[in-house]
Amino acid sequence: MSFWRAIAAAALLATGPALLAGEILPDARRSGYSFMGPDTRAMQDDDTSNPGMLFVLDGEALWTKRTGSADKACADCHGDARGSMKGVAARYPAFDKALARPVTLDQRINLCRSNHQQAPALPYESRDLLALSAFVAHQSRGVAITAGDDPQLKPFVDQGRDLFMQREGQLNLACTNCHDDNFNKRLAGAPITQGQPTGYPLYRLEWQTLGSLERRLRSCMTGVRAQAYDFGAPELVALELYLMSRAHGLPMETPAVRP
Amino acid sequence: MARALVHIAALIAASVAGAANADELVPYNIVSDGIAESLTGAPGDAARGRALVLARTTTCILCHSGPFPETRFQGDLAPDLSGAGNRWTVSQLRLRLVDAARFNPETIMPSYYRTDHLVRVGRNFAGKPILSAAEIEDIVAFLATLRD
Ligand code: HEC
Ligand code: HEC
Ligand code: HEC
Repeated sequence: MSFWRAIAAAALLATGPALLAGEILPDARRSGYSFMGPDTRAMQDDDTSNPGMLFVLDGEALWTKRTGSADKACADCHGDARGSMKGVAARYPAFDKALARPVTLDQRINLCRSNHQQAPALPYESRDLLALSAFVAHQSRGVAITAGDDPQLKPFVDQGRDLFMQREGQLNLACTNCHDDNFNKRLAGAPITQGQPTGYPLYRLEWQTLGSLERRLRSCMTGVRAQAYDFGAPELVALELYLMSRAHGLPMETPAVRP
Repeated sequence: MARALVHIAALIAASVAGAANADELVPYNIVSDGIAESLTGAPGDAARGRALVLARTTTCILCHSGPFPETRFQGDLAPDLSGAGNRWTVSQLRLRLVDAARFNPETIMPSYYRTDHLVRVGRNFAGKPILSAAEIEDIVAFLATLRD
């Protein structure tokens, strides 16, 4: 090994989170996009055919709409989202000092609604919340994921990893059994991916609508006949955080399209 | 063996209480690497077993493929079931379905007739095995016919 390569390797070891056996190596990480057929890829790539872009446009309209008893719009405080929101979604879930725990992008948006707009929280999976979160996350399209780097998040990343490795449900399967050990294989004929969270909220053809990462995780849990965690549950946030840290370096794709 | 005894104890306790619980597992005896006796005391029906293996809700073809020309929806996480009847005895096939972890503790194949040592089982499935004793017998009968 050359001197420079040794230094590069040492630097990588020093900065990258330590991998456990079975976890996917950084340069082997692949977005779900790379597992899709050409038609679905083309649909994601072309903004005029990507159905997720309709939600992004709705979110853009909501961004400038005054609401709540504070009669403030997101834009009144955050200005042009193309600047202020660039890269934000790539580091969510992020640690919230006041709550002393990580919050998801959806939760952050609702905190702004209740704390800064004096408006009621938007329900999970409601069209407005998905639209706002798609609009905000879209500003990070192409930005490398860094969520989980904050050392305060470590215990929560660890909790998420434990949940990812834990067998559960009547079928007794862990996330890792499919998404670390068997990606590239076929479950009843459909390709299993690495379960990378790069494109959320995203348009799933099977759902015929946009959906959050939490919706996806809940359906994987239901698939193994486990009792899914409620939307916003600390366990679901921890899983989401672990998934984002596991996707470290992959570019954001919001709004992605998936079969 | 120890587990089979526990099942017997549970069954006796239930019958003493007088309430027959439909979800209760019937006791079975593991002898070497198999369960020699039918869980229902009767042979299964291979035709019903084939239909069960093909049903998505039974979950086999999520992972396995087999001699099923009528469906494209087959998995490749596990060996093709063709020839399973050559490779395994009926007694081994029965234990494999009841509790595949007995053959390989790390296996991803679910234990179809076991309700203990599971985590966060969904409300609608809690306390129930994935398959009934009769369904296990039907599938065992079908697998035994899969000869090359
Ligand atoms: C009255 C001002 C105000 C309004 C209106 C407001 N926010 Fe915020 N927002 C803040 C402040 C202040 C923060 C920093 C965190 C905090 O103190 O809550 C913030 C933080 C955020 C963040 C996290 C940024 C980061 O770097 O982590 C996002 C995303 C966000 N807001 C989105 C929105 C959206 C979407 C709306 C409209 C639904 C909105 N905000 C409305 C003041 C506002
Ligand atoms: C039995 C196999 C299986 C298990 C176990 C499983 N999943 Fe999945 N998962 C799938 C399949 C199939 C899909 C849809 C195709 C794909 O993206 O892999 C999927 C999709 C996903 C996606 C979406 C990827 C994308 O590109 O949008 C994520 C994220 C995910 N799973 C995370 C998880 C987590 C977290 C768990 C554990 C709570 C889990 N999965 C358990 C099979 C599984
Ligand atoms: C989650 C994936 C999965 C599911 C679902 C599953 N299996 Fe398996 N099965 C496996 C794997 C993996 C093996 C390989 C041996 C091992 O891991 O122990 C296996 C092995 C077998 C074998 C022995 C294969 C051979 O010939 O060597 C048989 C028979 C079998 N399974 C039948 C079934 C039947 C019948 C069902 C449905 C009731 C089923 N399996 C459901 C994963 C699965």
